[in-house]
Amino acid sequence: MSVKTKKKMAPRDNGAPDHRPNLHPLMLKNYGKWDYHEKLRPGLLLYVAESGDKLWTVRAGSPRTMSIDTVRKICDLADKYAQGHLRFTSRANVEFSLANEDDIEPLMEEIRSVLGFPIGGTGHSLSNVLHTQGWMHCNLPGTDAAGSVKSIMDQFINEFVTDDKLPARVKISASCCQINCGGQADIAINVQHHHPPVIKPQGVGICELPKVVAICPVAAIRPRQGDDGKTTMEVVDEKCMYCGACHGQCPTMEIRDANTDTLSIWIGGKNSSTRKGPSFMKLAMWGLPNNPPRWPEVGEALQTILDCYKSSAKQYERMGEWIDRIGWKRFFEMTGFPFTKYHIDDSVSARSTFNTSTHVRI
Amino acid sequence: MSEKEIKAKTETPMLDELKTGPWPSFVADLERYSEKKPAVGQLLGQLEQSYEDRWNYWQGTVLNVDGYGGGVIARYSELGEQYPDIAQFHTIRVIPPPGWVYSTEKLRELCDIWEKHSAGIMQLHGMTGDILLLGTDNKTTFEAAEELMEKGWDLGGSGPALRTLACCVGEARCEAACFDTMALTKHLTDNYISELHRPELPYKYKFKLSGCANDCAASMQRSDMPVIGTWRGAMQINQDEVGKFIDDKGIEFVIDNVLTRCPTNCISLKGKTIDVDNDNCVRCMHCINVMHRALKPGKDRGATILIGGKRTLKIGDTMSSVLVPFMPLKTEEDFTKLTDLIDSIWEFWGDNGLEHERIGEFIARVGLGTFLEGIGLEPDPQMINQPRTSPYIKFEELTGSKIDGEPEHNPAVSNEEGEMAEKAI
Repeated sequence: MSVKTKKKMAPRDNGAPDHRPNLHPLMLKNYGKWDYHEKLRPGLLLYVAESGDKLWTVRAGSPRTMSIDTVRKICDLADKYAQGHLRFTSRANVEFSLANEDDIEPLMEEIRSVLGFPIGGTGHSLSNVLHTQGWMHCNLPGTDAAGSVKSIMDQFINEFVTDDKLPARVKISASCCQINCGGQADIAINVQHHHPPVIKPQGVGICELPKVVAICPVAAIRPRQGDDGKTTMEVVDEKCMYCGACHGQCPTMEIRDANTDTLSIWIGGKNSSTRKGPSFMKLAMWGLPNNPPRWPEVGEALQTILDCYKSSAKQYERMGEWIDRIGWKRFFEMTGFPFTKYHIDDSVSARSTFNTSTHVRI
Repeated sequence: MSEKEIKAKTETPMLDELKTGPWPSFVADLERYSEKKPAVGQLLGQLEQSYEDRWNYWQGTVLNVDGYGGGVIARYSELGEQYPDIAQFHTIRVIPPPGWVYSTEKLRELCDIWEKHSAGIMQLHGMTGDILLLGTDNKTTFEAAEELMEKGWDLGGSGPALRTLACCVGEARCEAACFDTMALTKHLTDNYISELHRPELPYKYKFKLSGCANDCAASMQRSDMPVIGTWRGAMQINQDEVGKFIDDKGIEFVIDNVLTRCPTNCISLKGKTIDVDNDNCVRCMHCINVMHRALKPGKDRGATILIGGKRTLKIGDTMSSVLVPFMPLKTEEDFTKLTDLIDSIWEFWGDNGLEHERIGEFIARVGLGTFLEGIGLEPDPQMINQPRTSPYIKFEELTGSKIDGEPEHNPAVSNEEGEMAEKAI
């Protein structure tokens, strides 16, 4: 298409940028021909190619949300030390790969002094927290995420900058509503709502009612004729499980409540298929207050969990694997967290979570 | 939420607490930047209000760039009067280079475009893997998108569409990668760019690609279709390095942290060498992670294709499950086999899936057996942990036709009536 005839704003469908020109020259040169790697110290890895080429990679934690000025400062360091290339990890850490060993110390010094980023997040560390938008930019959140991440990482900075203080890697996520965009993790902090959605009658007109009815996982929403003759909705309280699926579909179905929403902690999720494979996280603690700007009650519970994990787990045992071995009885004893009827699953697959053996710890 | 009058904040005492401590503070960064961009100061003002009230002040809406059905996450502030510069404050999702690798040239280009048109906030990266650019209004969204596209960038996915793909660093810097994650990410993105930009699926569809079972792209629970590297045949063992490892770490370490951690007990110690029962090795990567100088994935590499992972809503979390135990992913033809599979899945799901029904929910509803029949894939025992325990089964081969002349096999997911009615017309 010539420039003249190109319609402004037409879909360009450019696709994904080519990774090759974005790769560090040594990554491009040795693509698919890497031999081994070594964890030299926290935040520093050495990759050795079959060709003998060596590439040192320095990893630093980022706050994920950054001004353009900060992103440019990251670029400055990459230009100065990392041959003009950098990479972000799936956990919002930034990685500088270096061709020259002598650049490691000066780069680390500048990452700390210019960017103010801590170096670490490798090996058996507590890595950067995956999180959602929260009050910064989401339309559905019951709490913030960036702030709680900042608080958590401040508290556990020593576990980020070291790689031998924990039995295995610890991954944490924080979510701001029950859609739980933060995802599965060794430890997750999620919002919990405590009553059915409150319908704002003036807003019903903007929502497609059949879609709102259909999205409810427990068929608790039904259309109803209002006093004014117009169709509105009603929620069957007994059926509703306060998930907020309808809220995402229709902002009129207000599920949040600043006075009653709480936070829960879930533990033992794992994505990788290493050893016994992936696992879902399970409810550990509920009823914690949504307490900005530092969420101290959450921090206290996380500290308890991590202290118990450190003192009792074997090396290479992820959070869920550790509890599988010691059993939930011991977990609740060690942490002092109350075990309640709410910890017992009541979904359709609940029976698969019951202890159907005589294996008990007495 | 409340009836009280809200005034624009000039101080942010609660957020200020987040400026202290060793972890880099987004508040401090944004506050500095607000000297250049007043909108960022207003964003912090509204955020402070949220912290104070434990309440959110953003409304979601739809804003689409011409020809695109997604990629812009539009937000209006409910406090637009108090904070006029963020009355409209949108996010543009941008597809990153596969593996989140950047030359500073390209990243600076992004910074320049974004500084020119917006409040200048970036998130690297969103939970799906997009570059998130925050802070345009209704007009500048279009201007920024236009310039991004002129420079070769493209918008990411949103809504009931293919979402932006994500992958691990793969062969670019990892010896364990069993296929070229970056190349396949680019191939799938480009091949399905229309499905990414123009929502036409029952609901969202996410791919995440990891080069090995360590799953650094976190694909298992976070994508509808994980592609995870694996290998056929024997793993590579360097027995000299095994001996060195045993000398270095001690035999107890090898027993406690390698042998007993093998999920299928297929490693045995022979003096200062190890023997691996490769037929029973499930490619979990643990021993390779621990003894990475001595052990490597085998040479005949490819990937396991899985399906159905998603987070909670609506039927609860679903873990992805095996669909194709091993698929080579080296050549164009290999890639085509994968896209053929994806095409048949999207066709069957598109025809029979409900609105807002993820593929994992769809499979849970119709049954994996029916799903396999629908996409033309043979059942494989590797797809399950165990055969069924429930004895109530409709064996199509053993159940006779009810009335003479009726078709012997019922369609997998019955839509016969609708089709017949159409034919009659």
